[in-house]
Amino acid sequence: MDAALFYLLGALALGSSIVVIAQPNPIRSALALIVTLCCLAGIFGLLGSPFIAALQVIVYAGAIMVLFLFVLMLLNVEPERGPGRSRQLTFAAVALAVALSAQLGSVLVRGDRGAGVEGFRAPSVDMARVLFSESFLYAFEAVAVLILAALVGAVVLAKRELP
Amino acid sequence: MSPGIPVDHALLLSAALFGIGACGVFLRRNLIAIFMCIELMLNAVNLAFVAFSRAHGTLDGQVLVFFVMTVAAAEAAVGLAIVIALQRHRDSVDADSFDLLRF
Repeated sequence: MDAALFYLLGALALGSSIVVIAQPNPIRSALALIVTLCCLAGIFGLLGSPFIAALQVIVYAGAIMVLFLFVLMLLNVEPERGPGRSRQLTFAAVALAVALSAQLGSVLVRGDRGAGVEGFRAPSVDMARVLFSESFLYAFEAVAVLILAALVGAVVLAKRELP
Repeated sequence: MSPGIPVDHALLLSAALFGIGACGVFLRRNLIAIFMCIELMLNAVNLAFVAFSRAHGTLDGQVLVFFVMTVAAAEAAVGLAIVIALQRHRDSVDADSFDLLRF
Protein backbone atom coordinates (compact mmCIF):
# COMPACT_ATOMS: atom_id res chain seq x y z
CA MET A 1 0.00 0.00 0.00
CA ASP A 2 2.70 2.46 1.03
CA ALA A 3 4.83 1.54 -1.95
CA ALA A 4 1.93 1.90 -4.39
CA LEU A 5 1.10 5.34 -2.98
CA PHE A 6 4.78 6.31 -3.22
CA TYR A 7 4.96 5.40 -6.92
CA LEU A 8 1.68 7.19 -7.62
CA LEU A 9 2.82 10.39 -5.88
CA GLY A 10 6.26 10.13 -7.49
CA ALA A 11 4.80 9.85 -10.99
CA LEU A 12 2.46 12.76 -10.28
CA ALA A 13 5.39 14.86 -9.00
CA LEU A 14 7.46 14.10 -12.10
CA GLY A 15 4.56 14.89 -14.44
CA SER A 16 3.66 18.18 -12.77
CA SER A 17 7.31 19.24 -12.59
CA ILE A 18 7.56 18.77 -16.36
CA VAL A 19 4.48 21.00 -16.67
CA VAL A 20 6.32 23.59 -14.51
CA ILE A 21 9.18 23.88 -17.00
CA ALA A 22 7.15 23.40 -20.20
CA GLN A 23 4.20 25.71 -19.53
CA PRO A 24 4.80 29.18 -21.07
CA ASN A 25 2.28 30.85 -18.73
CA PRO A 26 4.09 31.46 -15.40
CA ILE A 27 0.87 31.41 -13.36
CA ARG A 28 0.02 27.94 -14.64
CA SER A 29 3.53 26.76 -13.96
CA ALA A 30 3.25 28.12 -10.40
CA LEU A 31 0.04 26.11 -9.92
CA ALA A 32 1.78 23.00 -11.30
CA LEU A 33 4.64 23.61 -8.86
CA ILE A 34 2.11 23.63 -5.99
CA VAL A 35 0.94 20.18 -7.14
CA THR A 36 4.56 18.98 -7.20
CA LEU A 37 5.19 20.32 -3.69
CA CYS A 38 2.05 18.66 -2.30
CA CYS A 39 3.03 15.32 -3.89
CA LEU A 40 6.47 15.67 -2.32
CA ALA A 41 4.82 16.40 1.04
CA GLY A 42 2.95 13.11 0.73
CA ILE A 43 6.20 11.30 -0.10
CA PHE A 44 7.90 12.87 2.95
CA GLY A 45 5.06 11.59 5.09
CA LEU A 46 5.38 8.10 3.60
CA LEU A 47 9.14 8.14 4.24
CA GLY A 48 8.49 8.65 7.95
CA SER A 49 8.82 12.42 8.42
CA PRO A 50 5.38 13.85 9.23
CA PHE A 51 6.88 17.07 10.61
CA ILE A 52 8.66 17.83 7.34
CA ALA A 53 5.51 16.92 5.40
CA ALA A 54 3.49 19.44 7.41
CA LEU A 55 6.19 22.11 7.00
CA GLN A 56 6.25 21.44 3.27
CA VAL A 57 2.53 22.13 2.95
CA ILE A 58 2.48 25.13 5.29
CA VAL A 59 5.73 26.87 4.34
CA TYR A 60 6.29 25.86 0.73
CA ALA A 61 2.88 25.25 -0.78
CA GLY A 62 1.28 27.80 1.54
CA ALA A 63 3.61 30.72 2.13
CA ILE A 64 6.30 30.68 -0.54
CA MET A 65 4.03 29.79 -3.45
CA VAL A 66 1.47 32.40 -2.39
CA LEU A 67 4.30 34.93 -2.46
CA PHE A 68 5.21 33.80 -5.98
CA LEU A 69 1.62 34.02 -7.20
CA PHE A 70 1.24 37.41 -5.53
CA VAL A 71 4.27 38.80 -7.35
CA LEU A 72 3.20 37.20 -10.65
CA MET A 73 -0.19 38.88 -10.40
CA LEU A 74 1.21 42.16 -9.05
CA LEU A 75 3.56 42.49 -12.04
CA ASN A 76 0.90 41.17 -14.42
CA VAL A 77 3.41 38.83 -16.05
CA GLU A 78 2.58 37.81 -19.60
CA PRO A 79 3.12 34.28 -20.93
CA GLU A 80 6.46 33.79 -22.67
CA ARG A 81 5.88 34.45 -26.33
CA GLY A 82 8.00 34.68 -29.44
CA PRO A 83 10.51 32.30 -30.92
CA GLY A 84 11.76 30.92 -27.59
CA ARG A 85 15.10 29.18 -27.28
CA SER A 86 16.74 27.84 -30.42
CA ARG A 87 16.55 24.13 -31.22
CA GLN A 88 20.25 23.54 -30.55
CA LEU A 89 20.09 25.29 -27.19
CA THR A 90 17.04 23.27 -26.14
CA PHE A 91 18.75 20.04 -27.16
CA ALA A 92 21.94 20.98 -25.31
CA ALA A 93 19.99 21.95 -22.16
CA VAL A 94 18.01 18.69 -22.12
CA ALA A 95 21.14 16.61 -22.74
CA LEU A 96 22.99 18.45 -19.97
CA ALA A 97 20.08 17.99 -17.55
CA VAL A 98 19.79 14.25 -18.36
CA ALA A 99 23.55 13.81 -17.85
CA LEU A 100 23.35 15.74 -14.57
CA SER A 101 20.52 13.65 -13.17
CA ALA A 102 22.12 10.37 -14.32
CA GLN A 103 25.31 11.29 -12.53
CA LEU A 104 23.48 12.49 -9.42
CA GLY A 105 21.38 9.33 -9.38
CA SER A 106 24.37 7.02 -9.62
CA VAL A 107 26.23 8.91 -6.88
CA LEU A 108 23.20 9.01 -4.56
CA VAL A 109 22.35 5.33 -5.02
CA ARG A 110 25.93 4.34 -4.20
CA GLY A 111 25.89 6.54 -1.07
CA ASP A 112 26.45 5.23 2.44
CA ARG A 113 23.34 3.49 3.73
CA GLY A 114 24.14 3.02 7.41
CA ALA A 115 22.26 0.55 9.55
CA GLY A 116 18.74 1.37 8.45
CA VAL A 117 15.73 1.00 10.70
CA GLU A 118 12.67 -1.02 9.80
CA GLY A 119 9.53 1.12 9.83
CA PHE A 120 11.44 4.34 10.65
CA ARG A 121 9.17 7.14 11.80
CA ALA A 122 10.14 10.44 13.40
CA PRO A 123 7.39 12.06 15.49
CA SER A 124 7.33 15.85 15.67
CA VAL A 125 8.25 15.81 19.35
CA ASP A 126 11.57 14.15 18.50
CA MET A 127 12.21 16.79 15.85
CA ALA A 128 11.64 19.57 18.40
CA ARG A 129 13.96 17.80 20.84
CA VAL A 130 16.74 17.62 18.23
CA LEU A 131 16.25 21.19 16.99
CA PHE A 132 16.51 22.61 20.51
CA SER A 133 19.34 20.31 21.55
CA GLU A 134 22.91 21.49 22.15
CA SER A 135 24.05 20.57 18.64
CA PHE A 136 21.55 22.63 16.65
CA LEU A 137 20.41 25.39 19.02
CA TYR A 138 22.85 28.02 17.73
CA ALA A 139 22.10 27.16 14.09
CA PHE A 140 18.39 27.48 14.89
CA GLU A 141 18.87 30.93 16.42
CA ALA A 142 21.11 31.97 13.51
CA VAL A 143 18.35 31.02 11.09
CA ALA A 144 15.98 33.30 12.99
CA VAL A 145 18.41 36.19 12.47
CA LEU A 146 18.73 35.22 8.78
CA ILE A 147 14.98 35.43 8.32
CA LEU A 148 14.93 38.86 9.98
CA ALA A 149 17.75 40.05 7.70
CA ALA A 150 15.91 38.73 4.65
CA LEU A 151 12.74 40.52 5.77
CA VAL A 152 14.55 43.85 6.11
CA GLY A 153 16.44 43.26 2.85
CA ALA A 154 13.25 42.50 0.93
CA VAL A 155 11.56 45.67 2.22
CA VAL A 156 14.58 47.82 1.32
CA LEU A 157 14.94 46.27 -2.16
CA ALA A 158 11.30 46.50 -3.14
CA LYS A 159 10.81 50.01 -1.75
CA ARG A 160 10.26 52.84 -4.15
CA GLU A 161 13.47 54.82 -4.60
CA LEU A 162 13.64 58.02 -2.59
CA PRO A 163 13.82 61.26 -4.60
CA MET B 1 5.21 -1.52 7.58
CA SER B 2 4.20 -3.59 4.57
CA PRO B 3 6.53 -3.98 1.57
CA GLY B 4 8.16 -0.64 2.39
CA ILE B 5 9.48 2.00 0.04
CA PRO B 6 12.87 1.32 -1.54
CA VAL B 7 15.21 4.17 -0.61
CA ASP B 8 16.94 3.81 -3.98
CA HIS B 9 13.78 4.77 -5.81
CA ALA B 10 13.27 7.85 -3.66
CA LEU B 11 16.87 8.89 -4.42
CA LEU B 12 16.38 8.35 -8.16
CA LEU B 13 13.17 10.41 -8.04
CA SER B 14 15.15 13.15 -6.31
CA ALA B 15 17.85 13.06 -9.03
CA ALA B 16 15.21 13.19 -11.77
CA LEU B 17 13.43 16.18 -10.19
CA PHE B 18 16.76 17.98 -9.80
CA GLY B 19 17.51 17.41 -13.49
CA ILE B 20 14.08 18.70 -14.52
CA GLY B 21 14.60 21.80 -12.38
CA ALA B 22 18.05 22.40 -13.90
CA CYS B 23 16.59 22.01 -17.40
CA GLY B 24 13.99 24.65 -16.52
CA VAL B 25 16.70 27.05 -15.32
CA PHE B 26 18.50 26.61 -18.65
CA LEU B 27 15.43 27.03 -20.82
CA ARG B 28 13.01 29.49 -19.20
CA ARG B 29 13.23 33.18 -19.96
CA ASN B 30 10.89 34.53 -17.31
CA LEU B 31 12.85 35.43 -14.16
CA ILE B 32 10.07 34.26 -11.83
CA ALA B 33 9.78 30.94 -13.68
CA ILE B 34 13.54 30.46 -13.28
CA PHE B 35 13.04 31.10 -9.58
CA MET B 36 10.35 28.43 -9.40
CA CYS B 37 12.69 25.96 -11.08
CA ILE B 38 15.29 26.71 -8.40
CA GLU B 39 12.66 25.98 -5.73
CA LEU B 40 12.01 22.67 -7.51
CA MET B 41 15.72 21.82 -7.33
CA LEU B 42 15.82 22.67 -3.61
CA ASN B 43 12.87 20.35 -3.07
CA ALA B 44 14.63 17.53 -4.91
CA VAL B 45 17.54 17.96 -2.50
CA ASN B 46 15.11 17.86 0.43
CA LEU B 47 13.76 14.56 -0.85
CA ALA B 48 17.29 13.11 -0.92
CA PHE B 49 17.84 14.32 2.67
CA VAL B 50 14.61 12.72 3.89
CA ALA B 51 15.42 9.45 2.09
CA PHE B 52 18.87 9.29 3.66
CA SER B 53 17.41 10.18 7.05
CA ARG B 54 15.19 7.12 6.70
CA ALA B 55 18.03 4.93 5.47
CA HIS B 56 20.19 5.84 8.46
CA GLY B 57 17.35 5.94 10.95
CA THR B 58 18.51 9.31 12.36
CA LEU B 59 16.93 12.76 12.45
CA ASP B 60 19.91 14.77 11.18
CA GLY B 61 18.69 14.72 7.59
CA GLN B 62 15.33 16.13 8.61
CA VAL B 63 16.98 18.92 10.59
CA LEU B 64 18.92 19.83 7.45
CA VAL B 65 15.66 19.91 5.49
CA PHE B 66 14.30 22.34 8.08
CA PHE B 67 17.27 24.66 7.53
CA VAL B 68 17.05 24.33 3.74
CA MET B 69 13.39 25.36 3.95
CA THR B 70 14.12 28.48 6.00
CA VAL B 71 16.93 29.49 3.65
CA ALA B 72 14.60 28.88 0.67
CA ALA B 73 11.97 31.13 2.25
CA ALA B 74 14.54 33.90 2.81
CA GLU B 75 15.84 33.44 -0.73
CA ALA B 76 12.37 33.65 -2.23
CA ALA B 77 11.58 36.85 -0.31
CA VAL B 78 14.81 38.62 -1.32
CA GLY B 79 14.76 37.26 -4.86
CA LEU B 80 11.21 38.36 -5.54
CA ALA B 81 12.02 41.80 -4.10
CA ILE B 82 14.92 42.01 -6.58
CA VAL B 83 12.57 40.99 -9.40
CA ILE B 84 10.15 43.77 -8.41
CA ALA B 85 13.00 46.30 -8.32
CA LEU B 86 14.23 45.14 -11.74
CA GLN B 87 10.74 45.33 -13.21
CA ARG B 88 10.40 48.89 -11.97
CA HIS B 89 13.73 49.74 -13.60
CA ARG B 90 13.41 48.02 -16.98
CA ASP B 91 9.67 47.22 -17.22
CA SER B 92 10.40 43.57 -18.00
CA VAL B 93 10.90 40.27 -16.20
CA ASP B 94 12.58 38.62 -19.18
CA ALA B 95 16.03 37.34 -18.22
CA ASP B 96 17.33 38.24 -21.70
CA SER B 97 16.72 41.95 -21.11
CA PHE B 98 19.23 42.10 -18.24
CA ASP B 99 22.57 41.58 -19.94
CA LEU B 100 24.55 44.60 -18.76
CA LEU B 101 27.16 42.39 -17.10
CA ARG B 102 27.33 39.91 -19.96
CA PHE B 103 30.85 39.39 -21.32
